[in-house]
Amino acid sequence: MERLGSLRDLKEKLMSAVFFASALISIFAVGLICFFLLSNGLPAIMKVGVFRFLLGREWSPSDVPPAFGIFPMILGSLCVTAGAILTGVPVGVLSAVYLAKVCPEKLYRVVKPGVELLAGIPSVVYGFFGMVVIVPVTGNSILSACVLLGVMILPTVVGIAESAIRAVPESYYEGALALGAGHYRSVFFVVLPAAKSGIFAAVILGIGRAVGETMAVIMVAGNQARMPASLLKGARTLTANIVIEMGYAADLHREVLIATGVVLFLFVLATNLSFSALQRRGKR
Amino acid sequence: MNVNKKNHQRKLSELFMAFLTYGAAAATFGVLFFLVAFIFVKGIPHIKPSLFSLSYNSENVSLTPALAATVIATPMALLITAPLGVFAAIYLTEYAKRGNRWVILVRVTTEALSGIPSIVYGLFGSLFFVLFLGWGYSMLAGVFTLSIMILPLIIRSSEEALKAVPDAYREGAFGLGAGKLRTVFKIVLPSAMPGILAGVILSIGRIVGETAALIYTAGTVAQIPANPMQSARTLSVHMYALSTEGFHTDESYATAVVLLFVVILINAASVRISRRIGGRA
Amino acid sequence: MNCFGIRGLNLYYAGFHALKDISMDIEAKKVTAFIGPSGCGKSTLIKTLNRMNDLVEDCRITGEVRLFGESVFGGMDVNHLRKRVGMVFQKPNPFPMSVYDNIAFGPRSHGIRSKYELDEIVETSLRNAAIWDEVKDRLRKSALGLSGGQQQRMCIARALAVAPEVLLMDEPTSALDPVSTGKIEELLLTLREDYSIVIVTHNMQQAARISDSTAFLLLGDLVEYGGTEALFAMPKDKRTEDYITGRFG
Repeated sequence: MERLGSLRDLKEKLMSAVFFASALISIFAVGLICFFLLSNGLPAIMKVGVFRFLLGREWSPSDVPPAFGIFPMILGSLCVTAGAILTGVPVGVLSAVYLAKVCPEKLYRVVKPGVELLAGIPSVVYGFFGMVVIVPVTGNSILSACVLLGVMILPTVVGIAESAIRAVPESYYEGALALGAGHYRSVFFVVLPAAKSGIFAAVILGIGRAVGETMAVIMVAGNQARMPASLLKGARTLTANIVIEMGYAADLHREVLIATGVVLFLFVLATNLSFSALQRRGKR
Repeated sequence: MNVNKKNHQRKLSELFMAFLTYGAAAATFGVLFFLVAFIFVKGIPHIKPSLFSLSYNSENVSLTPALAATVIATPMALLITAPLGVFAAIYLTEYAKRGNRWVILVRVTTEALSGIPSIVYGLFGSLFFVLFLGWGYSMLAGVFTLSIMILPLIIRSSEEALKAVPDAYREGAFGLGAGKLRTVFKIVLPSAMPGILAGVILSIGRIVGETAALIYTAGTVAQIPANPMQSARTLSVHMYALSTEGFHTDESYATAVVLLFVVILINAASVRISRRIGGRA
Repeated sequence: MNCFGIRGLNLYYAGFHALKDISMDIEAKKVTAFIGPSGCGKSTLIKTLNRMNDLVEDCRITGEVRLFGESVFGGMDVNHLRKRVGMVFQKPNPFPMSVYDNIAFGPRSHGIRSKYELDEIVETSLRNAAIWDEVKDRLRKSALGLSGGQQQRMCIARALAVAPEVLLMDEPTSALDPVSTGKIEELLLTLREDYSIVIVTHNMQQAARISDSTAFLLLGDLVEYGGTEALFAMPKDKRTEDYITGRFG
């Protein structure tokens, strides 16, 4: 009996150690990712020079001497992301209003899985769709990428905005109706403002997705490593820069690409941390 | 007269807002419907037996090797991550004390992982697994990269599922003299299973759709891998290669149909499971 | 004159018969109280008067409700009905915006845009709800910062701002402390001069203190309806007597 008890104790202790160790994997993974990216990327940034790297307007890795300025790509990412937000957010938020406040229950059971399917479609399929449907109209251009990314961030925006709208107490809506305001006026002028921190969070998460998107953008954006000139001209994003050149890059060129990844990583990290800070504030 | 005019204006603005809302919803679902219908209509006529030949050549552009690689890579990644992720969630919900510093750190890092773009995972995978560990472009490198990528998904959904298990269950089990471990494995985990499964299915979706993390880890060789140290392309990578080469548009459509079909299957499974968990979450 | 004429009103929630063949007239410029135990249908009845029941799925209504002779179900625009018949809820429900915007929301919804006009409406409404002095220095601050009693009086002011003819109040003091309750009762007695008021209350003393007429409902039936004093002094129905002497519910 005694021995059985202590065996059980041992098992409990052992497994709780296993659980603890498993929980540390996340920390370990982030540590490892940071270490490998930074140790490969930072020396390259130092060699090129922080300003020449971040603000340099010329990217020509095969020239002698090579130029490693990623400013065109930073701008490319920003343009494409801004465009995606401008197209995706209004449509997404309004769709969320539809789902939360207009859609009848029966239709909802069909439509909601549709939004989830939109989230599950692989980037390459979006990219391919963009190649065969959008590019013939607007060319390999920033505009094409904006439209395509706008569609791709829809499910993210719709999902978060919808739950933010649903979290607004029903009494706000009823109070507005009782004053004789119409259904839509009550929703747009009372419920939506009350959900604004959640909607803002949706925007931030949408930014994170748009900046990080790679394959779909490559397939429609043209990918010229030069300063973005107009909506109908091509541009290259940070993500595209890595995928396109990583295959054949060597030495400093390769390290600079990893440094591009570092910039991307830090940017997305900052976006996401501000997202979770916002979520926590929303809960309080 | 004035009242009438204002009434009219009010109705007009209601109508306008209704128009915006319906318009946006129609746009969202229209795009979804158009995308799926377009790919299916253009692709299904090009699904030919040669597309499913056992080996790939530039003649038949068979997708079988890629499909096989996907089918192999998915359970491998899940086999690595699912136990780890569920165990981590068990620690967070069942063992850790409130405000424990480790818990905060685990939460923050898990959040950070979930936001990292897949191309950054790809970079890391190629630096660490391919070069540092010397595995070369291989299934194994790809699988490990994927398994880190889906870790936050599994942890988070398992944590939610475990948290949703009523405390009364735990108290009941403790009341019968069951130890903590027994309570967790026999009572808590089984009732959280549907939620955990939902996370697993979501992860399958991500693995199947992933491209950027795999190009520089698992590589792009179109063959059925004989062992985990060989390079292979998954269906999504295959789709990318095929469509950007530009020589095989018809086959690209057909491949997209297969990929979309797989994704729809996965989604249907996840809808069924979330219905079983109950409610329109 | 009567503000509401109710004839043969029946209301069903899914299968449940919540109001049974109710007929009554509610006098204008008077305070009418609905009393009865929880679940008797008094809240359902008051929500029928401005059609807030429209929001409930599976709610079916037969019979007639007329507002100054005009049917509220037929061709009347529901938003217009709610403008004419204001409502104050059980729990104060200020919108998460400034006090000023709360009050101005209704008038703006009905097409008033001029700043001057709005300023005036806001001040008058707040004065009429006896809260002007407490909030005049913080009109631009969030209404959520007010105390519970202040929030409820602000909600009354918000309802007054659209110039309603009738004010419906669904247990307006049940979430408030005695001091705030006293202030609101006092306010009701002054509002009676200009508005027809219908109030639901679970508090019989409150009904006795402030109302001119009282209706007692039980399980969806209108059991007794008459002048408040008479009803409390010598109820005609045994069930009314049991209820007001505290023998049940």
